[in-house]
Amino acid sequence: MSINRREFLKMAGISTILGIGGVSAVQGVRNSVEASQVSKNPEALTAKRWAMVVDMSKFKSEEDYRKCINACHLSHNVPHITDNPKHEVKWMWTETYEHAFPGNEDQYRAERFQEMPFLMLCNHCENPPCVRVCPTQATFKRKSDGIVMMDMHRCIGCRFCMAGCPYGARSFNFKNPRPYIDESKENLEFPTRMKGVVEKCTLCYERLAKGLQPACVEASKGALIFGDLEDPNSAVRKVLSERFTIRRKPELGTGPSVYYII
Amino acid sequence: MYNAGKIIIGIIIFVALVTFPFIFAGGKATAKPDPKINTPEILKMPENDRKCVESKAFMKKEHMQLLNDWRDRVVRDGNTIYTNAEGKTFNMSLQNTCMKCHSNKKKFCDECHNYAAVKPYCWDCHIAPKEKES
Amino acid sequence: MLEKAIYGGRRYWVWIFFLLGLISVGFLAYLYQFKNGLGVTGMSRDVSWGLYIGQFTFLVGVAASGVMVVLPYYLHDYKKFGRLTILGEFLAIAAVIMCMLFIFVDLGQPLRVLNVILHPTTNSVMFYDMLVLSGYLFLNLLIGWTVLGAERKEVAPPKWVKPLIILSIAWAPSIHTVTAFLYAGIPGRHFWLTAILAARFLASAFAGGPALLIILALIVRKYTKFDPGKEAIQSLGKIVTYCMLINVFFLGLELFTAFYSQIPGHMHSFVYLYAGLHGHNQLVPIMWVSSILAVIAIGLLVFPQIRKNESLLAVACLATFFSLWIDKGFGLVIGGFVPNPFEKITEYWPTLPEALITLAVWAIGFLVLTILYKIAVSIKEEVVFDKYGEKQIKAE
Repeated sequence: MSINRREFLKMAGISTILGIGGVSAVQGVRNSVEASQVSKNPEALTAKRWAMVVDMSKFKSEEDYRKCINACHLSHNVPHITDNPKHEVKWMWTETYEHAFPGNEDQYRAERFQEMPFLMLCNHCENPPCVRVCPTQATFKRKSDGIVMMDMHRCIGCRFCMAGCPYGARSFNFKNPRPYIDESKENLEFPTRMKGVVEKCTLCYERLAKGLQPACVEASKGALIFGDLEDPNSAVRKVLSERFTIRRKPELGTGPSVYYII
Repeated sequence: MYNAGKIIIGIIIFVALVTFPFIFAGGKATAKPDPKINTPEILKMPENDRKCVESKAFMKKEHMQLLNDWRDRVVRDGNTIYTNAEGKTFNMSLQNTCMKCHSNKKKFCDECHNYAAVKPYCWDCHIAPKEKES
Repeated sequence: MLEKAIYGGRRYWVWIFFLLGLISVGFLAYLYQFKNGLGVTGMSRDVSWGLYIGQFTFLVGVAASGVMVVLPYYLHDYKKFGRLTILGEFLAIAAVIMCMLFIFVDLGQPLRVLNVILHPTTNSVMFYDMLVLSGYLFLNLLIGWTVLGAERKEVAPPKWVKPLIILSIAWAPSIHTVTAFLYAGIPGRHFWLTAILAARFLASAFAGGPALLIILALIVRKYTKFDPGKEAIQSLGKIVTYCMLINVFFLGLELFTAFYSQIPGHMHSFVYLYAGLHGHNQLVPIMWVSSILAVIAIGLLVFPQIRKNESLLAVACLATFFSLWIDKGFGLVIGGFVPNPFEKITEYWPTLPEALITLAVWAIGFLVLTILYKIAVSIKEEVVFDKYGEKQIKAE
């Protein structure tokens, strides 16, 4: 039989597409782990919506902040980038009032409030813009407890989430973080990240899964109150019912879950 | 055939170029991978109970898919306990479960991966167990 | 038809190899960036998007501007644009390819780019951006190639092309609106959070794109036997004029809202860009260059006597193009990140590797453009028109 070049190319093209499509469709459906084999750790801490209250009256010295920040950064192998501040990676740090709550400036505010270093971290918003913009759902809101999570395997490093976060909570790995992690203090039970992905506080999901409080909460010795915002009997609800609190940029409708008692 | 001389020389050069990598590497490249499971942690287990999360055949074929699924279950769903086909439970973690027994990445994981010229990027993030350079 | 691109004179090949040289250098720079991470660029934790995304934004506008030629010709039978449509469509193809390349070089994990398709996320504007850009590229390739092929055979294009052309006319503004939506829905970045951003994008696209098309048409006329048409270029010139006026007007509207309301969040980015904020003023000189170029451009374009002079029109178009290139390809992106959410300032300037990679992507775009234009012009030279508007007589 005779066939002209055009016909041959058309057939070859369609067969290739069908072949590749067919194989991937079959492989994609295959799942080696059944849902019935997977379960939650019975000791895990659960909540409908995790929240944290930062009691600024309990943070008196720099040591008080350092404890929390170090607990967080060490247990998660957060790199300490010293050679270029532009490439800084931080999950928890401090800012003074005018930078933590911009738009609330008042030059006549008492100096002790102006100088107070407020602990900054991801607010694990109820309505997170970072989740809204992520094109791959590499950052997503966990349905079980409202934690805004990071899936480091899926992140393509587009940094749209960094543009979307109104709180500047996210850091990007501009280079390989491994040389900037002190090997002697490395936490061997938690991975590091690689260059090209975004990272931030993930509310110690791995500790919650084992029944432990987040590292910063544990280190703060009561200065950070942690609990379920939707449980009327939780520690956070108790504190919120007794003290006046503020949140960062609430007018943006993000619903931040981190409260500050001044 | 026309230009027979040039063509035959060309074919010889082509065959030489294509087979060069295999000739050059010799037995080293085609040596069968021999992953070692004689780590101290595995040797501590009773000899008749040295079982991985799933059977050897299953792990050989499916460990990549299993790890992928484990990751999605832990990171995305928040579940950490895995019950294998025999009812035994494990914590779903490459670094804290798999590598606790297979603490010799170079003599285990790398054996087959090097043979197959596969470079999984697990170790860019997951801290490989510290091995004694013996 | 591709074979038309491998026949060319000395000038053609010198240009091609020059572009290939730029591409090779940039490619090496990209390998350096791939190995060491995006830290080799000038981007930072605060300014997390830079030159690459700025250029992407600008080029989506250039791509969308093809509609300015296609719409009058196909919807309103404006025959004078008949010789320009293929040039506009091919410019759109080159521009979209550049857009996609700029996104690729900007990714921290480029090998995972398929995740956007494997895990479709309907709430993410970036997902839609990927869809509309791919669709637009495909449409323009199909339409341009089919129409050109038909012209070469001296027959009318097949009937199914017409609905696709109408689709592409609707699609073009959508690609740029979706790109504007990348910025215009981000809470907390007040420089971008404005409804008029999409309108500003479209106005600057329809000024900058046709400006480039005019320059390309003049180059085509000078170096080949194909003349896109004096009247067509003049009509395009009028489009550039009006759109540039609208663009500057829109900027004025933004400035009014920011400075009459006196709200700090709205003012700060403008102050940083045009005057400097707290001693940081690295971008002030180039933003004023952009503004002065805009004034020059409008000054030349607004007067018909000047516009009719093609040399002065070329100057005006270059001024328009570069003014918008700075404003949209740089100022827009950096302005959104300065000051940062803490009202602190981290400045940004591209590094050498970043600049080389950017140059290479532009070179790839121009290479695609050159090849496509060579094909189009060769066909049109043979079949259609010559410099004098008369049908070319084929040599025996």
